[in-house]
Amino acid sequence: MTPAGWEAVIGLEVHCELRTRTKLFCGCRNEFGAPPNTHVCPVCLGLPGSLPVLNRQAVELAMRIGLALGCRIEPSVFHRKNYFYPDMPKDYQISQYDEPICVEGALTLPDGSRVGIVRAHLEEDTGKTSHIGESGRIHGAGYALVDYNRAGVPLVEIVSAPDIRSAQQARAYVAELRGVLVATGASDGRMEEGSLRVDANVSVRRAGSDVLGTRCEVKNLNSLRSLVRALEHEVARQVGLLEAGQPVVQETRHFDEDRGVTVALRSKEEAFDYRYFPEPDLVALAPEPAWREAVAASQPPLPAARRQALAELFGAARLEGPRAEQAETVLELGLDALVRAAAEAGVDPALALARTANEAAAQAEAARQVDPGAYVALLRMEQEGRLSATQAKTVLAELLQHGGDPADIAERLGLVGLDRGALASVVAEVVAAHPEEWSRFCAGEEKLAGFFTGQVMRRTRGQADGKLVAAELATRRAAEAGAP
Amino acid sequence: MSLAPTASAIAAAVRSGEVRASEVLEGCLEAIDQVEGQLGCFVTLTPELARAQAEAVDAQVAAGAPLGPLAGVPVAVKDNLCTAGVPTTCSSRILASWRPPYDATAVARLVAAGAVVVGKTNLDEFAMGSSTETSAFGPTRNPYDPSRVPGGSSGGSAAVVAAGAVPLALGTDTGGSIRQPAALCGVVGLKPTYGAVSRYGLIAFASSLDQVGPLAQTVEDAAALLDAIAGHDPMDSTSLPEGVLPCHRALDRGVAGLRIGLVRELVEAEGIEPGVRRRVEDAAEALAAAGATVEPVSVPELALGLPAYYLIAPAEASSNLARYDGVRYGLRVDGADVEEMQARTRAAGFGPEVKRRILLGTYALSAGYYDAYYAQAQRVRTLIVRAFERAYEQADLLLGATTPTTAFPLGAKVEDPLAMYLSDVFTIPTNLAGHPALSVPFGTDDAGLPVGVQLLAPALAEPSLVAAGAVLERSAPALPPPPVAASWRLGVPR
Ligand SMILES: [Zn+2]
Repeated sequence: MTPAGWEAVIGLEVHCELRTRTKLFCGCRNEFGAPPNTHVCPVCLGLPGSLPVLNRQAVELAMRIGLALGCRIEPSVFHRKNYFYPDMPKDYQISQYDEPICVEGALTLPDGSRVGIVRAHLEEDTGKTSHIGESGRIHGAGYALVDYNRAGVPLVEIVSAPDIRSAQQARAYVAELRGVLVATGASDGRMEEGSLRVDANVSVRRAGSDVLGTRCEVKNLNSLRSLVRALEHEVARQVGLLEAGQPVVQETRHFDEDRGVTVALRSKEEAFDYRYFPEPDLVALAPEPAWREAVAASQPPLPAARRQALAELFGAARLEGPRAEQAETVLELGLDALVRAAAEAGVDPALALARTANEAAAQAEAARQVDPGAYVALLRMEQEGRLSATQAKTVLAELLQHGGDPADIAERLGLVGLDRGALASVVAEVVAAHPEEWSRFCAGEEKLAGFFTGQVMRRTRGQADGKLVAAELATRRAAEAGAP
Repeated sequence: MSLAPTASAIAAAVRSGEVRASEVLEGCLEAIDQVEGQLGCFVTLTPELARAQAEAVDAQVAAGAPLGPLAGVPVAVKDNLCTAGVPTTCSSRILASWRPPYDATAVARLVAAGAVVVGKTNLDEFAMGSSTETSAFGPTRNPYDPSRVPGGSSGGSAAVVAAGAVPLALGTDTGGSIRQPAALCGVVGLKPTYGAVSRYGLIAFASSLDQVGPLAQTVEDAAALLDAIAGHDPMDSTSLPEGVLPCHRALDRGVAGLRIGLVRELVEAEGIEPGVRRRVEDAAEALAAAGATVEPVSVPELALGLPAYYLIAPAEASSNLARYDGVRYGLRVDGADVEEMQARTRAAGFGPEVKRRILLGTYALSAGYYDAYYAQAQRVRTLIVRAFERAYEQADLLLGATTPTTAFPLGAKVEDPLAMYLSDVFTIPTNLAGHPALSVPFGTDDAGLPVGVQLLAPALAEPSLVAAGAVLERSAPALPPPPVAASWRLGVPR
């Protein structure tokens, strides 16, 4: 939480590894987890004489990201960012500098707040160093090994405006952005594999002020949890300094996961001079309008529109409370289409959302593969009382695991629900058998509802739907009360 | 007139079965052996590779298979062009042991055309120099006077062709590195339009200026080599999609009706030797006599080329040469940590001229200096392009000297970088504009040293250069054979 009387000003830089088939400037496969240095060639190893050739699919995905964020797609130029680093085969990174491909967009978060996007640009990733030594740690390492499989993997860096005011909003921004990146097919969204990496620019100021404070850049925010922890720590640290009358020093800081604190990495004076200049080995990038239009025309539905569509199932502009949480779960897992399909087929949207956000979400991978027709049929069986909730969950588990027709599955498992008429006659039998209890129930002794439900379950050997039994009992009592 | 058999003569003899490619090769290797000790043209000789290539050509001849246009022609390759499995050093200690896993596109195309690669020629370290004296492996000497430089940076390629030991060679030209040594050694050198020949596998000095091109005994051979290596390459993003028209067909086109501008700034410049100036004027007369309209033109902006070049080229070089850090390949000098290892490797691996240019370029790109230096140089570059555009409204081709002087003594300019840099003052503007230019030998100065005259053309006008170059070649005063020359005739006895 931001300390009282203070406001945080946060801008985020999100690096997204693009899910292209090949790397940004060569034909090597872009694949996580291969044995070290197996996806390399003269180009991505930066061998003398090699030259980069731009990957068209990477440009297309960058355009998709830009269009999804409402950016303008501009003619752009690649630059070289020069600094020595063993991870970086050429000792410069090909990136975009003052003429990025995507400029000036915005992302609206689920709570309705809006975060400006300054730019999104293409660049190449570096390799990965592991330091090996007696201690197994960086300090005192005997030598280092570099894996260049990741060198040259395409990245899009998305730079937000300093519009974010809290760690929680930062979290919501990254979560929503991740949804957009996954929806466009640009990213697999896996922060734990480094597919998304976040740096934050953080400053604080007195609440109500519109002056920007001195900012620090915080690096190594590699999960939503680290992001929140690091930002909360950094904001508190800066507020603490200012309240103690000490200045915030502009510097780059590193988030130490283990200790939950940010530590100084280098000061402004030690900052690299990257000596950017236009990359002479590449020509300017100007996607022709027809290509841009084709990309725009084939954009998949984005999380915001899909969220809206879920809300509309409930006749609402926006979902609130537990339903909003359920909606976020199905959106994040890409299961919202199942909810919509069920609701459109007449299933109660609350039932469709609940089953999808709970039972289906628990097996999200299988749920993404399930035949929507079968899924909808199952929910209809539950809705119509042909299956109890418990039975429906059993059938769903089977459906997700092995597929098939839900009616067949139910029959095979001997899960045949009672229709309303049959249930009503069982309830009538039970009421007739226990007249004293029924009178007490009619007089308001509510806990007897459980007694009657238990009796019905016994007579039906558990096949009855508890909710329907409760409904039948209520109907019957109301009918008797209303009788002359 | 040529000393050794020309490439076209060799290709014709191999094609007709008059001589085998393997016999040509043995003659060539023998010729190299005759002069190499005095000239030092090569960093690496590749007789085994060459024999395999020659045998492959002979097998094609025997099988009646279609032959490439350069079938059986021995070629020397400047040692900044990658050759698979063969050391490619850039004449630098930092790459002394490096063997590329791939061929440069220009080399691959040569071999596909039937050429036989006999070795890798010496150059100024990373092509930074105008005398081949900055090579880490010692200088190359001029066949016309071994106490003098062959020019540079393609000095090894120019000298070996001039000595008649190899008919054709590949060079690279960033600020004159093909044309200047061609002029100083009395051979033909052509810098193609930027993007006409793929740079894939050319170890970069200054990426926006580098071009691969031929050095040859005759304009015809230079045209044949260019035709073999030119054309779009998907591996080089700056390679032109349209490509150059075949030059070979333009050889006999002549210059009748062509408007040729004699550029005042490339003739009357301060520091130009009278012997050189006289030869350029003779060349202008020869072109006029052949039917061209020769008019004086002035392009004052050309004087801005040298300072702009010495900001842009080092800036790009400072970045291009960063990768030689001891981490992945080449020289490594150990240190306590990575930074110290990198610093020691680079301190030991690069020579003083390379270090000077890395420093210059780093400075020109630094925060606070970028606008005053690099960005300003790019604006000057644009001015030069515009100036050429205006000049080409009045003329189809431009004519001037290739170099202000003929070959200078070894050591004369090593201690004076500015004097050395001035050696390229006439060649640099075309690199900045990305245009093609051709240096053709045109007699000698009073001391008997070769003089080169330079023809300049707009982008992709190589055929016009070749046509005019062939006219100059035919009308040029005979060039005496150099004192250091191989004796080599086609068809050595078996
Ligand atoms: Zn690669």
